[in-house]
Amino acid sequence: MADSGPLLTTPLNAAHRALGAKMVPFAGYDMPVQYPTGVLAEHLWTRESAGLFDVSHMGQCFLIPADGQFETAARALEALVPADVLSLQHGQQRYSQFTNSEGGILDDLMITRLGLSGHEHWIYLVVNAACKDADFAHMSAHLPAGVTLKIADGLALIAVQGPKAVAAVARLAPAVSSLVFMTSMDTEVAGIWCHVSRTGYTGEDGVEISVKNEDVARLTAKLLEDETIKPIGLGARDSLRLEAGLCLYGHDIDTTTSPVEGGLTWSIQKRRRIEGGFPGAARIQAEIAKGASRVRVGLLPEGKAPAREGCEIVDPASGSVVGRVVSGGYGPSVGGPVAMGYVPKALSAPGTALHLMVRGKPLPASVVRLPFVPNRYHRS
Amino acid sequence: MTNVRYTKDHEYIRIDGDVGTVGITDYAQAQLGDVVYVELPTPGKMVTQGGEAAVVESVKAASEVYAPISGEVVAVNAGLPDQPATINESPEDKGWFMKIRIGNASELDGLMDEAAYKAYLETLG
Repeated sequence: MADSGPLLTTPLNAAHRALGAKMVPFAGYDMPVQYPTGVLAEHLWTRESAGLFDVSHMGQCFLIPADGQFETAARALEALVPADVLSLQHGQQRYSQFTNSEGGILDDLMITRLGLSGHEHWIYLVVNAACKDADFAHMSAHLPAGVTLKIADGLALIAVQGPKAVAAVARLAPAVSSLVFMTSMDTEVAGIWCHVSRTGYTGEDGVEISVKNEDVARLTAKLLEDETIKPIGLGARDSLRLEAGLCLYGHDIDTTTSPVEGGLTWSIQKRRRIEGGFPGAARIQAEIAKGASRVRVGLLPEGKAPAREGCEIVDPASGSVVGRVVSGGYGPSVGGPVAMGYVPKALSAPGTALHLMVRGKPLPASVVRLPFVPNRYHRS
Repeated sequence: MTNVRYTKDHEYIRIDGDVGTVGITDYAQAQLGDVVYVELPTPGKMVTQGGEAAVVESVKAASEVYAPISGEVVAVNAGLPDQPATINESPEDKGWFMKIRIGNASELDGLMDEAAYKAYLETLG
């Protein structure tokens, strides 16, 4: 976690201030929580048009095999994550987690095999800001001698998300429209070198763009010239990802939750489920086979009161506390409160009636399928 | 002449005879951001100065609204829970929360008048 020293800044700090952002400390960085239009308008704009997010606080790095063989880097990473890295095609991306020996989650991350000619043996990772120092130390401690960790602190990262995002970026870089969900390319955008991935954290179609620190302000200004794109702060980023049913590390998943409990089994490909070979494999394989005793579910409160992180979940039949809300708030696109929490397997079926304790009062809620808002990824 | 008093937690109370109309200030609504939920007390409830009287929630967070003075809640702004954005649009007029019958007028002496509240806001930067 962040030290209590002076806040770090991203290369877009001055741009955020010029746009009138309200700045807050987040993971040790001075970040925009909202712009003058506010969280509600920013959230809805992203769902109907396109939003631009500065996520340069996140950690970016490369794994580079000395022998030039992608397989060497992939096998080294597979020793730390349960995803199938070996089968990644040029430019392909996968979501995964660093697990510990107990099968808990140290962080979640995006793994990409670069498609850039001459760099197809490189692996590019994006990890959470609050975990990046620990993640880099974890990798340094466990990578074999033949694989080098190269921390990319010279790179910024922005996300452009929403139904009009890709069309807007493609006006500056036409090739981007050929990407499908979870693939990437290296291309110029408005004449600036960028690594563009068709991915995101809002449930919408869109891209994340990795770009040199010295170029990101120019790229951002160019993108914001497009009337379909507006800047969006961390407040709306959180409500968008919550409606999309996506996990926020340290809240929805942490060292006490396994990927299976977290509803992330889909991110463990078949070969890894069978072979194991990642930290905590014994527990995770057993949970995949027999089911976890508790699971992350969507919770839809019946009334208007938001049930936030930490609220107890009570089984109305027994009156006992069966779990806690891990993320919760108001979903602007849903038009009401939405939450996620962990409940025992027996109480996890959609439609199950539960109570959420808000300010000492039991509020009726039901288990629902995630996401709360259908995702609109461009899969083909 | 209106007689309005303010708390350091950014509630106001507009005094009219022995009844005070309570809400949150424009500064408070700007700090909160978009209000999406409000929970009001039931009329007849006795509140104590500094005690929790209502709840207001933005997209991001929940905040308590504290009673600026002690007394009985004699009325609430019943339309507010259906139109919580009124608190952002008109915090010190249409977005009022409740009316409290002033139990102990001497409690008002500890609150700020408009000039003192403005000076207080300046200290917050």
